[in-house]
Amino acid sequence: MQSPGSEVVHGKGWEHFPHEADTGVRGIGSTKEKAFEGAGLALTAVITDPASVSPQEAVAITCQAPDEELLLVDWLNALVYEMATRNMLFSRFNVRFNDHSLHATAWGEPIDVTRHEPAVEVKGATYTELTVKRDEQGRWIAQCVVDV
Amino acid sequence: MDLNLLKRRGRDEWHISPRGKMRVPGVIFATEELIHNMDEKVYEQVTNVATLPGIVRASYAMPDAHWGYGFPIGGVAAFDPDLGGVVSAGGVGFDISCGVRLLRTGLMVEDVQPVKELLADSLFHRIPAGVGSTGKVHLDKHEMDAMLAGGAKWAVGKGYGSHEDLEFIEEHGCMAGAAPEHVSDHAKKRQQDEMGTLGSGNHYLEVQQVVAVHDAEVGTAFGLREGDVVVSIHCGSRGLGHQIGTEFLKSMVTSAARHHIELPDRELACAPINSEVGQEYLGAMRAGINCALANRQIITHLVREVFADVLPQAQLSLLYDVSHNTCKVEEHVLDGTPTRLFVHRKGATRAFGPGHPDLPASLRAVGQPVLIGGTMGTASYVLVGTEESMALAYGSACHGAGRSMSRHQALRQWHGREVVKDLAGRGILIRSPSMRGVAEEAPGAYKDVSEVVNAADEANLARKVARLEPLVCVKG
Repeated sequence: MQSPGSEVVHGKGWEHFPHEADTGVRGIGSTKEKAFEGAGLALTAVITDPASVSPQEAVAITCQAPDEELLLVDWLNALVYEMATRNMLFSRFNVRFNDHSLHATAWGEPIDVTRHEPAVEVKGATYTELTVKRDEQGRWIAQCVVDV
Repeated sequence: MDLNLLKRRGRDEWHISPRGKMRVPGVIFATEELIHNMDEKVYEQVTNVATLPGIVRASYAMPDAHWGYGFPIGGVAAFDPDLGGVVSAGGVGFDISCGVRLLRTGLMVEDVQPVKELLADSLFHRIPAGVGSTGKVHLDKHEMDAMLAGGAKWAVGKGYGSHEDLEFIEEHGCMAGAAPEHVSDHAKKRQQDEMGTLGSGNHYLEVQQVVAVHDAEVGTAFGLREGDVVVSIHCGSRGLGHQIGTEFLKSMVTSAARHHIELPDRELACAPINSEVGQEYLGAMRAGINCALANRQIITHLVREVFADVLPQAQLSLLYDVSHNTCKVEEHVLDGTPTRLFVHRKGATRAFGPGHPDLPASLRAVGQPVLIGGTMGTASYVLVGTEESMALAYGSACHGAGRSMSRHQALRQWHGREVVKDLAGRGILIRSPSMRGVAEEAPGAYKDVSEVVNAADEANLARKVARLEPLVCVKG
């Protein structure tokens, strides 16, 4: 059964929310850019503690999608792809938007199984519970469930 | 789930009458207890699937149904191309052809007990498991395409296993109609170093003992006796399948309006079977099935190598290999007429009954082995397809226990090292690169697999044959 509530990690701009079989990732920020960056960190946190990942190597990422929700899924899937093919984890992000495209840099390091103890690989970001919006406090929220 | 939403049509069969945009009814197979504990989202997803173009007969959910993406996990639905039927990337899911195979070893539990630690360590050492692990098979562009076209048959041709194995794999080890040219370079790149790897999450490799045979006649036909040691392998199409799923989900979402398809949930992304996107997806998805079959075949070879070192008297023969996340073209009888349908099984096992022409000759009289994975601390089951199942849900059954708790909740409740210690105390050896992964997969985070299997048995979806319990589990 799904449980209510979520794991709020105050001040870090991200949290997880429960899904019966998988995990929801949520970025929270004063700007849409920060919310997308937070969602990237939440994605890393599904796999390992982001604090254990040193931001020593930069990777450039660009995506395009017809709306901002599909763009969030594309952004997270681009990170999944870079993690899988470079065998890396990321802990710092810089996101910029230009119309319907996203230009970002992700900083991270190669996976060290002993140090990072990666729990699970993410198969992909999904359209489930997918939202990019401003909440009642004016904060940007960028979230979806990821399949693990 | 609220029982008042459903009409009971049998002890374990519950119907949802068509309403709103539903084209067919919904049918859930489960005990009252399982229905009671089922997420309301399953109801919503079963009814959403029933609205898709060209769906025939009903939108089904198996006893282990839980909240999935678009389709419930445990969802089964078939579409008729002549009625504008669709193929859905969401209805197949990210891990295309994730499945289970079971190998007999010819060993008894007393043969394995003295070398269990060595066997566990050797399997963990030899079979790449967990995040970032890579295999020893590296494919260039030409070999990648050959693998995607040939599946387990390609793997056997490369020396991984024997031709006899192929007979005991769905599609005889090679899914026809694969189109490697519709698999993107990104998907191929994700796979180039991942052949022969187990993956992570709920994927596993287990050495198990047969603790009970419920049907002696079928047990004999399957070569299973109490005390026998078997090996189960649960994994899928790895990064390639995930990438195909991701890319076609997006192209089906963005092309839905063009095809005049109204999606009640974007995760139900689909395209008409007779459309360019639909055909390209079918070709890519079939290539993904072949990738999963080749992957399980390579892992089988590695397992055989380990047994040859540790227990050289072992003879590992394949009972069967089943796939869970697929869309396959099958002939089923609709209103007395044999009809060619595109059957989606999302987290559901094909369970063909006796006499089906697709079964190997040696199993045709008894029916298809149906392999149901449990947790590392409980049990797995072997069932057999029934004649009734063909009429109930296109010859389909449940696929596993299904989670009862999110990963997040599991992490709060258990520590990996304690789980490993507790299970070692019960004689079950766990080997995993990640203790957090073990905690997330703790046996208590899953539903009772026996209840799910009993419900499938009582509903005649498949009949119980044998119960297996783990001795060793390698977790990704």
